[in-house]
Amino acid sequence: MVAIETINLEKTYSVGFWRKKPRVALRPLTLTVEEGVVFGFLGPNGAGKTTTLKLLLGLVFPTAGTARIFGKDIDDVEVKSQIGFLPEQPYFYDYLTAQELLEYYAQLSGVPPKERSERVQKMLGRVGLSDAARVQLRKFSKGMLQRVGLAQAILHDPKLVFLDEPMSGLDPMGRREVRELIQELQSEGKTVFFSTHILSDAEALCDRVAVIHKGELRGVGAVADLTSQTNGKVEIIFAGRAVPSALASLGAQTHVSGEVVSAVLPEEHQDAALDILRREKLRLISLTPVRKSLEEYYVQKLQPQDNRIGVGA
Amino acid sequence: MNSRIAHVAFNTFREAVRDRVLYNLIAFALLLSGAAILVGQISIDIERLVVVNLGLTAVTFFGVVIAIFIGIGLVSKEIEKRTLYTVLSRPVRRWEFVVGKFFGLTGTLVVNTFFMAIGVFLALLYVAHKFQVADLGILTALYFIVLQFFIVCSLALLFSSFSSPMLAAVFTFALFVIGNLSDDLRGIAAVFKGIGGGVATAVAYVVPNFSGMNVVSQVAHGEAIAGRLIVYNTLYALLYSAMAISGAVLIFQRRNLK
Repeated sequence: MVAIETINLEKTYSVGFWRKKPRVALRPLTLTVEEGVVFGFLGPNGAGKTTTLKLLLGLVFPTAGTARIFGKDIDDVEVKSQIGFLPEQPYFYDYLTAQELLEYYAQLSGVPPKERSERVQKMLGRVGLSDAARVQLRKFSKGMLQRVGLAQAILHDPKLVFLDEPMSGLDPMGRREVRELIQELQSEGKTVFFSTHILSDAEALCDRVAVIHKGELRGVGAVADLTSQTNGKVEIIFAGRAVPSALASLGAQTHVSGEVVSAVLPEEHQDAALDILRREKLRLISLTPVRKSLEEYYVQKLQPQDNRIGVGA
Repeated sequence: MNSRIAHVAFNTFREAVRDRVLYNLIAFALLLSGAAILVGQISIDIERLVVVNLGLTAVTFFGVVIAIFIGIGLVSKEIEKRTLYTVLSRPVRRWEFVVGKFFGLTGTLVVNTFFMAIGVFLALLYVAHKFQVADLGILTALYFIVLQFFIVCSLALLFSSFSSPMLAAVFTFALFVIGNLSDDLRGIAAVFKGIGGGVATAVAYVVPNFSGMNVVSQVAHGEAIAGRLIVYNTLYALLYSAMAISGAVLIFQRRNLK
């Protein structure tokens, strides 16, 4: 089943004193996210990630196009009972305690009164805030607020969770905990749509990613496919303490580490390089094609493109 | 009441209480105690008149200040602080949120007025040593004051939905002042003829008729309030507030939360 579907979803703001100057925040976006996947929405700051999330959540209204969540129009308020959302750098009612905040959100989400208290306690435990349940949020650190944010996003057991820059501002332990939480959500069969510009997180967590830049979808695909593509280079690792001069003349980028040499060179020079190793009687340890990293894919997609089109997943 | 509206209203009330809004009661109590002691010492047979006048005027003043300064931030503060995002991403309709905020603030004002009313009656008992039947009129005056708070809150909500908080405060306060002069405005309108008269009449009927709800002077003099006026003012305040809140909802409904 399709969790999220956007068809030519577009947002242009009117800016300036007379509001006559258009500012395009999102160019027509056509995108499909299947249920049960972890989907990374990648792009630099100001790319249109948060605008897309706000459009999907009904916080801003599209200039054109449509969006559906689990087959229902995003205007349908009942759809929201199946959605959880963590905004970027969340700010909550700081006069409430963590427990009160979660109880309030549970009420608004329609969690039955009998289940509320148990659900709130469970969530506080899940994000490691049981001891701070009765502390007002104004006394919380940024990391603790992020945990409360995560708890409120999954409190009502939503099928789809939107996370806007969930790792932003977190220390390494905090980031690790968020990663683990996302993996848990995935194992529970939830769909997770998260925006980030931290590519290592996306590569580690996502099934699929989309790259957005300047309000325009630049590419979308499965992480496994994107990172399985070779980039026309091979890496040869052999035993030795020095780089044969003939190998250097093939344009290899080499690195000597102890008694092991690594050489990265164009694929077409692979046979010539192996001949050199044989001639020099050097022991080959491995030969592997160099795969594209998500970072390379991302950087490539951020380059100016001539044919700018909305790409369907 | 819709349960989501009730939850938003309760949270708004809780916010006001925790933001120490009810601390104004201390200032009110000090003012009224001081006045009662002072009037008690002067004692020239106008104790009741002074205490009722001063007490009800203070109730109105404190309440209107709260209604305006909290009312203008009811929704705009939630947008500015982005607390609204996690509320509206839940199955909460925008109109439910606005109406819930309105009831939360008016609820706060009702509770505030209740405690102030106790203060007024205690001060009255201190200076007059006993209650009289005419004192029941104070309850009617307090009821009319609460109705005024309903209108002021709804206007603050309306103005804050399309202007800055500062402008919204100025607009609301200006309408409160003009509304208290609406009887005079109607009198002036009656003098003018032609377009000028038409405009003045229209303005006189558009601004809230607070002067019609101000019975402090009559109550202080022990005059009875007509039952017809209670019904009229109730319907008027409910209708006026409903229209102002509908306007706020219509604007908020289309607003992009950037």
